[in-house]
Amino acid sequence: MSELDLSGGKNGLIYLDNAATSWPKPPGVAQAMVQYLGQVGANPGRSGHRLSVEAARIVYDTREAVARFFNADDPLRVVFGLNVTDSINLALHGLLKRGDHVVTTSMEHNAVMRPLHALTQQGVLVTKVACRPDGTLDPERIEGALQKNTRLIAVNHASNVCGTILPIVAIGEIARRHGLIFLVDSAQSAGVVPIDMQASQIDLLAFTGHKSLYGPMGTGGLLVGQRIQSEALRPLRQGGTGSRSEREVQPDFFPDCYESGTPNAVGLAGLLAALTWVRERGIEQIRAHEEALCTALIDGLGDIPSVTVYGTWEAAKQTATVAWNMRNMAPSTVGLRLDEEFGILCRVGLHCAPSAHRTIGTFPDGCVRFGLGAFNTRADVESALNAVVQLAKDAL
Amino acid sequence: MNSAYAVILVDSTSHALRIEKLLHRSGWRNKLIPVPRHLSSDCGVCVRIDQADMAAITALLQQEKIQYQSIEVI
Repeated sequence: MSELDLSGGKNGLIYLDNAATSWPKPPGVAQAMVQYLGQVGANPGRSGHRLSVEAARIVYDTREAVARFFNADDPLRVVFGLNVTDSINLALHGLLKRGDHVVTTSMEHNAVMRPLHALTQQGVLVTKVACRPDGTLDPERIEGALQKNTRLIAVNHASNVCGTILPIVAIGEIARRHGLIFLVDSAQSAGVVPIDMQASQIDLLAFTGHKSLYGPMGTGGLLVGQRIQSEALRPLRQGGTGSRSEREVQPDFFPDCYESGTPNAVGLAGLLAALTWVRERGIEQIRAHEEALCTALIDGLGDIPSVTVYGTWEAAKQTATVAWNMRNMAPSTVGLRLDEEFGILCRVGLHCAPSAHRTIGTFPDGCVRFGLGAFNTRADVESALNAVVQLAKDAL
Repeated sequence: MNSAYAVILVDSTSHALRIEKLLHRSGWRNKLIPVPRHLSSDCGVCVRIDQADMAAITALLQQEKIQYQSIEVI
């Protein structure tokens, strides 16, 4: 795969915070958004004039592109929302009721943990299955945690802390065998690890547009499989949908039931361009590029005696997100010095995932996270490793 | 009232767009228009087709299992 000129971004900065949001974006993303604002502009699905219809067409095309991307069979069951957190909230709060039991893992982000915690206050029961210290999970542990009242299995596809990929195909089989609903949080994997909603027997797939799909922030959604009827998934918001305007009761059909209020059509125009870019470049090529960089990064960090690398130590078993710490230097200091002295941008701390940090043994101090993306280069990795070597000298 | 047109009424704009795409792909002339007031008080859009194509398009929608409310001559 050819290296891009965008390497390092503006002002010589090296952006290694792609696990928080990917940057830069493919140029077509901004172009599509500018075109939307400059030439389309109207409110999608609210009026019958040509600009409103064109706006709705862009939103619909994005729906179709998302469905195709994850091999979902019905574009109308792509429910757009603010981001993956919003979509996980819809899935959990919309589905669960008092007495329901949920099985999840110890590697979840607070996007799953906090809604579940709130739901336990309402009588929902939660079992958190422990993952191994490298973040991996034996799927049999999920099966062992099932109870008579289990209704849902909710797992992340890849850890936002150390990138470890969970075995969603095996977990999907367990869910189906026991007649349970299967929710996958694809925040860290969508766009870089192939996801086939039907093959993996996923009933609810929450995604975000602004990470490895390379779209803008404020886009994301929930793909709802055919086994979930709209009666079983309560909308969290009611309001105008542009449909059934004569009635004051919320429509009960997909996607309007869950999409009250004007959508982020300009963002979705950008997401459509981003999905086109990912498809054209090829998810396998992007993955191979990131895997090669990830291997170089893990190997390089591993060679520095005062550095501890967390996770699987195997690029094939994780996304290109690498968690590490330096002996005798707090992650916050490392992050500040990397930014100020080397122009290397990363995220340190607990990454909104205290349970995951407990699992890998880095709670409460947290760690440093390098999140690689499709626009990073081998030179970026080498610069980052050189910087870490420099810091390590000071930390002795 | 005989305008030589019919309209396919649907639940929402998303449903209308799905039909629009299918009809474009299959070569049937169509246009999204606001729902005529005498048919529904909805503020959304519907798919206008040539009345002469009604039978063939109805068959196509059923074959493709595409949801719609009804097809009305306008």
